[in-house]
Amino acid sequence: MTDLDTFRKEARAWLEANCPPEMRQPAKSDDDVCWGGRNWVFSSPAQKQWLEVMAAKGWTVPDWPVAYGGGGLTAEETKALRQEMAKLGCRSPLNSFGIWMLGPALLKFGTEEQKLHYLPQIARGEIRWCQGYSEPGSGSDLVSLQTFGEDKGDHWVVNGQKIWTSYADKADWIFCLVRTNKEDKYHGISFLLFDMTTPGVSTKPILLISGASPFCETFFDNVVVPKHQIVGELNRGWDVAKYLLAHEREMISGMGGDGGMASLGSFYADVLHDNPVLRAEMAMFEVENLAYRAHSERFMDEWKTGRAHPAYSNLMKYVGTELNKKRHEIVMAAGGSDALEWESARTNGGARPRAWLRTKANSIEGGTSEVMLNVVSKRILEMPGA
Amino acid sequence: MGLYHTEDQAMLKDSVAPFLAENGSIKQLRALRDDKDPVGFARDLWSQFAEMGLNGILIPEAEGGLGLGHVEAGIVLEEIGRNLTASPFLSTAVAAVEALKAASADMRGQWFPKIAAGEAVIGLALDEGKKHNPAATALKAERSGNGFKLTGAKTFVVHGHVADLLLVSARTAGAAGEESGITLFAVPRDAAGLTTEADRLVDSSLSARVTLDGVQVDADAVIGEVDAGWVPLTALLNAGRLGASAELVGVGTGAMDMTFDYLKQRKQFGKVIGEFQALQHRAAHLYGEMEGARSIVLKAQQMLDDGDPRGEMFVSAAKAKAAKSTNLAVREGVQMHGGMGMTDAYDIGLYMKRDRALNEVFGDLYFHADKLAKMNGY
Repeated sequence: MTDLDTFRKEARAWLEANCPPEMRQPAKSDDDVCWGGRNWVFSSPAQKQWLEVMAAKGWTVPDWPVAYGGGGLTAEETKALRQEMAKLGCRSPLNSFGIWMLGPALLKFGTEEQKLHYLPQIARGEIRWCQGYSEPGSGSDLVSLQTFGEDKGDHWVVNGQKIWTSYADKADWIFCLVRTNKEDKYHGISFLLFDMTTPGVSTKPILLISGASPFCETFFDNVVVPKHQIVGELNRGWDVAKYLLAHEREMISGMGGDGGMASLGSFYADVLHDNPVLRAEMAMFEVENLAYRAHSERFMDEWKTGRAHPAYSNLMKYVGTELNKKRHEIVMAAGGSDALEWESARTNGGARPRAWLRTKANSIEGGTSEVMLNVVSKRILEMPGA
Repeated sequence: MGLYHTEDQAMLKDSVAPFLAENGSIKQLRALRDDKDPVGFARDLWSQFAEMGLNGILIPEAEGGLGLGHVEAGIVLEEIGRNLTASPFLSTAVAAVEALKAASADMRGQWFPKIAAGEAVIGLALDEGKKHNPAATALKAERSGNGFKLTGAKTFVVHGHVADLLLVSARTAGAAGEESGITLFAVPRDAAGLTTEADRLVDSSLSARVTLDGVQVDADAVIGEVDAGWVPLTALLNAGRLGASAELVGVGTGAMDMTFDYLKQRKQFGKVIGEFQALQHRAAHLYGEMEGARSIVLKAQQMLDDGDPRGEMFVSAAKAKAAKSTNLAVREGVQMHGGMGMTDAYDIGLYMKRDRALNEVFGDLYFHADKLAKMNGY
């Protein structure tokens, strides 16, 4: 038996012993998976227990170093652990922008003090993070951002406005792109961390077409940020942002989520039987879905072993989000008039149409599909032109 | 195991790629076509394949082969696709070998060494209608003397006119459309009552219509069990379908690379056309489609090699996705080459033709999407 086989066997035994049965049911809503933070209200004792045992094991972030709250696993062990969790139907113990986005950036650009301070808090789900990137006038053209941090010696005073800040009203801290030099567009941005309870920070949720408000406008009015809360060098925040965006794209590309490799069509067999053209559409979708699952697996395997092109996550983001939109279009068609119900209890408050509308943002947030195609074309295919 | 090639597999690719670029190029395909070559592939090249050991790639080591798997066979096939090489490798060394693994020791002992040595070509006589449908087998095999008498007709038998042996699916029980009641036979092409009529196809390959008029075979011509031919047939089809998928990925990638090169050279309106965003976005989308195809093909190859029970489903997904993506690659290729894409002088049109044939062989996109749906209960 190889070391990996031994690890897999032990991991499975540990999961079977430690994952509460309630945490082996599919999550039905956002609240069914823990997002952590000071204000998180656990939806059940099992959810709290699951987070605690996994965090103690370092398995909320299995591939981070043990010193920073991780499990210290290799890429292969991490993959095996995820496969065993999937086989048992274990929910993610902790969803977090800290894990997916800030953590990798800190591991690469943070000082040792910053790593020891922030990473274990992220791993244990103690601090919930939000991301301050887009501004009303800076969407796809993010580098034109205007939020300004004035140098006051040992601190900056930040003024400006962010938009599309995910869960800003629920977050404890923000990682934020702030202009610290107005003369140099690319080399005039710094990557700052600050507490959302700092005086001068306010948030306002944005009502979306889905009826939900996962995003906010975030305002900064003379917010004081100490100098030691910068990640990376002064005015080189764009490097950190780009690195982090690659991880965000990697995350969003994985959001084809609900159901994964399981057959969507098998769930709607009755409807499909009577609607042959829809059945054909569904079958074509399933082909694309299985191809995407394999593509995603291959990308992760190549990414973690340094084989992937550095811009490849842009391709995955494009393919994954477009496919997820397609999935929800088909779900709506297969659901028929049932899937139009917006409030009824039997449709779980219109879960399907709300999820369908939410997916329309997938190909806008974190870089639009059009921007992704530009990047793939120029950086991977090396097409000419600016 | 990661979803990428191991070092050994990468080395195989590094040796096969230059070999085929040198010895199995599009130039050779054009020569075979222009000379109206009656064989349809270069026999010299088939011998060279054998010298490199490639023909025995799937044959067990104990029986004189390399004992490798579908990933390795796919590496060879992708290069065959990229170079549009005319070769019986897919039908003989991949699909037929997988079926023959279920054959008697005598039959394996007779054919594996010849295949490995490049001394035999095997044709697959499975389909009877114009669309792939192996369960629809109606060709009759009736008990006769010590064996069977075969009567009926087969279509789309690639290289069938020059094959030494034909693998023939025949009905020994049940009705056309049923998977049970089919028996798989090994029939020498020179058997009395067997005639072949070869046609050149759109991609310049030669394919035969085969007629069996009371062809007498011994009982030991049966591969596997009588009435249970679906078992070796499934092994044959999995290997053939997945092999065709790998070849399609080679065709699509070859067409795509050629097209991207063209976008970087051709000038209009005072600039290289690859600067136009309208073309850049289509190019990037196409790249994503081909990468998806490459991924699912590799996934299915690893699954077959691991004996994963989901293998057959993933083979269908792989064939469907490879067919869809490669078809996009050749259509975009011809369109982006503009008028040049319509000329015989440019190779891109040859890629379009090969894609058409490979899409059809062993079941097209629609066949496999339908099969996937059925396997998922709808």
